[in-house]
Amino acid sequence: MSRRRMHLAAHFPGVNNTTVWADPESRSQIEFSSFEQLARTAERGLFDFFFLAEGLRLREHKGRIHDLDVVGRPESITVLSALAGVTGHLGLAATVNTTFNEPFELARRFATLDHLSGGRAAWNVVTSSDAFTGENFRRGGFLDRAERYTRAAEFLETARELWDSWTPDGLPRPFAHRGRHFDVAGEFTVPRSPQGNPVVIQAGDSDEGREFAASAADVVFARHSSLEEGRVFYADVKRRLARYGRTPDDLKIMPGIGVVLGDTAAEAQEKAAEIRRQQTSPQTALLTLEQIWGVDLSSYDPDGPLPDIDPVADPALTHGRTRRGDTVAIAEKWAALSREKGLSIRQTVIEAGGRQLLIGTPEAVATELDEFVQREAADGFVLVPHLTPGGLDAFVDEVVPLLQERGAFRSGYQGTTLRSHLGLPDPVRKG
Amino acid sequence: MLHLSAAVDQPSAYDAASYLTLVRLAERGGLDFVTLEDSFARPGPDALAVLARLAPATSRIGLVPTVTTTHTEPFHVQAAVATLDWVSRGRAGWRIDVSTTEGEARLFGRRHAASAGELWQEAGDVADVAARLWDSWEDDAEIRDVATGRFIDRDKLHHVDFRGTSFSVKGPSIVPRPPQGHPVRVVDATDAPARRTAARYADVALVRASSALQAAAARDQLRSMAADFGRHPGQLRILAGLLVDLGDGEHAAEPGHGGGGPRQTPQGPLYRGGPVDLAELIATWHGEGVVDGFHLTPVEPLRDLERLVNGTVALLQHRGLFRTFYPGSSLREHLGLARAVNQYATTGVRHEP
Repeated sequence: MSRRRMHLAAHFPGVNNTTVWADPESRSQIEFSSFEQLARTAERGLFDFFFLAEGLRLREHKGRIHDLDVVGRPESITVLSALAGVTGHLGLAATVNTTFNEPFELARRFATLDHLSGGRAAWNVVTSSDAFTGENFRRGGFLDRAERYTRAAEFLETARELWDSWTPDGLPRPFAHRGRHFDVAGEFTVPRSPQGNPVVIQAGDSDEGREFAASAADVVFARHSSLEEGRVFYADVKRRLARYGRTPDDLKIMPGIGVVLGDTAAEAQEKAAEIRRQQTSPQTALLTLEQIWGVDLSSYDPDGPLPDIDPVADPALTHGRTRRGDTVAIAEKWAALSREKGLSIRQTVIEAGGRQLLIGTPEAVATELDEFVQREAADGFVLVPHLTPGGLDAFVDEVVPLLQERGAFRSGYQGTTLRSHLGLPDPVRKG
Repeated sequence: MLHLSAAVDQPSAYDAASYLTLVRLAERGGLDFVTLEDSFARPGPDALAVLARLAPATSRIGLVPTVTTTHTEPFHVQAAVATLDWVSRGRAGWRIDVSTTEGEARLFGRRHAASAGELWQEAGDVADVAARLWDSWEDDAEIRDVATGRFIDRDKLHHVDFRGTSFSVKGPSIVPRPPQGHPVRVVDATDAPARRTAARYADVALVRASSALQAAAARDQLRSMAADFGRHPGQLRILAGLLVDLGDGEHAAEPGHGGGGPRQTPQGPLYRGGPVDLAELIATWHGEGVVDGFHLTPVEPLRDLERLVNGTVALLQHRGLFRTFYPGSSLREHLGLARAVNQYATTGVRHEP
């Protein structure tokens, strides 16, 4: 039995404080050259796909546009269409919301991307219910939370009916879909695409999200966690597949992960500490705390102690970012951490709030990634670099060869489509 | 300055390669831009995606997809057009169109078909809000100021707070201001309901006309309407739209066509003849000041575009009437249009692309 081989994806640095902009090596988040460079690096590293997140409204804090993080990005499918012209094998994944789109148009855009790229398109299906984002759209924010996944599921089902609607001989056939969310009919304008259906990615962590993934997704973009947590998540999601007549291989679980490399373990740790400092400027530290405390803390010194006041239970201070869960409990935890270790505001935010990173020598990182895969905590990883566009260079140059040596990663692309890279079966044509 | 553009539409083509051949040919001829139509009502790929795919494979020619405004989200439309401008480094245009049929409405199931007048009014709102959203980031909004920890100067980002008759948009855009400021907005202004929207919002108006007289009348009306909207008529380029069939040799084979001028057909005015006589027609209409240029739709895409570039365009270049290379890099520069002034900017100098 050969070694389980991992899958790798590259996340274009996002619009949040994970992405470091103050570094001299940081380049434009919007120029095409940045996207081209990172995509070419990913393809040089034989990655499965390149991943773009989505934003539909700029974040606001205290009623003003948030100004501390990288902000502004291009429309994903258009950038990926251009990238299809400068890459040859790399999968091209766009995050697109089902709440603020309609199946006919979006299915057509993804089918077009799949044609233009020779079968490399993927769609990360996300949902939204917030009225804040809805203010940019005809629909407004009309969906209540419980409806988000039912709309997403019916949206995807409708898209698949459209993708499958042409005859194998390439002739359009009428479709009709009547459901709770959509009542549409007519003819699709695009023949079935090279992959049949573009690859579907799902990124929600909730129970509904997992069930949706098991029923309809090809890839789950999971959160990084410890090996044990990863194993539990992996087993839970894979277990759900049988209910839908699917096998464990039909769905790939890929946690997002940041990697920091050094020639020695100590050097890697030093670099990671510096990156966390860059990610958490004094202003970002205060703002992070305000998001948890729910009150204005601008008079506090980020290098001083934590505020001695109680947090507000349901902060409405910040719009357009994911809630951090039970903020009161988090505030208590952070206050305790600060007391115990004598940390300032900024030090506390760095220590407690930082995203988990995989830190070490290339050898150590390769070993740990491989272990996650061999022990069924993941089928692969979505790498989230902190620098645009050079943040993936070291991983591709130093870790990928080690993974290849141990037979844990491909040494060449076998097929031309993203489905072939991921080892996914061809979708069954319905209708 | 004469402006020339061509359609690169082809039946049943979904791959990049066949479009690339046509667009490269047009670029070799120094054309201002190519157009690619889009409609939900008939088979064909998403036009904006096709031209985005070709952007890295071309370097100068303007890329103008049709994007409709009736069943789409204005916020997404403007973001996609702005992104086409980013990936092409300032060569994007947008041919605005509407979806008038009940069949198209059924594909979306959100509204019924409406009159062309109503839909073009809405298309005007979309053109308006798009420009506002493109301006919602000032050019120098990104500051990367380490001392204060600020990536942007948020005073240079603006809510647009747009309220149209059928939709509203808060803004700002998710995409920073595109390289051209405003990608070039193109409207086929032949039919009356579209003409007002063209006069008010378009940078380029297409007019399908079978005679110089007819084109001149449309031009006069468009310019006067543009002036009524407070625009300088010189901001509007007017191009005559012709179908061209260059399959009959060097000169017109049929009397009454070619050198005799286009004739009206159900698909629009059709010029049938040779590349030499077409050059003569172009030189004459343009020389008389009837139009600023032409938008030509080859009847037989590859054959007619080859003859157009190698015959008609070469002849016009030889006579010194058309550019032999691109002096500028953006579509606005090809068209002789200034970079758009930002309606929200209060300070600062405009940067040229």
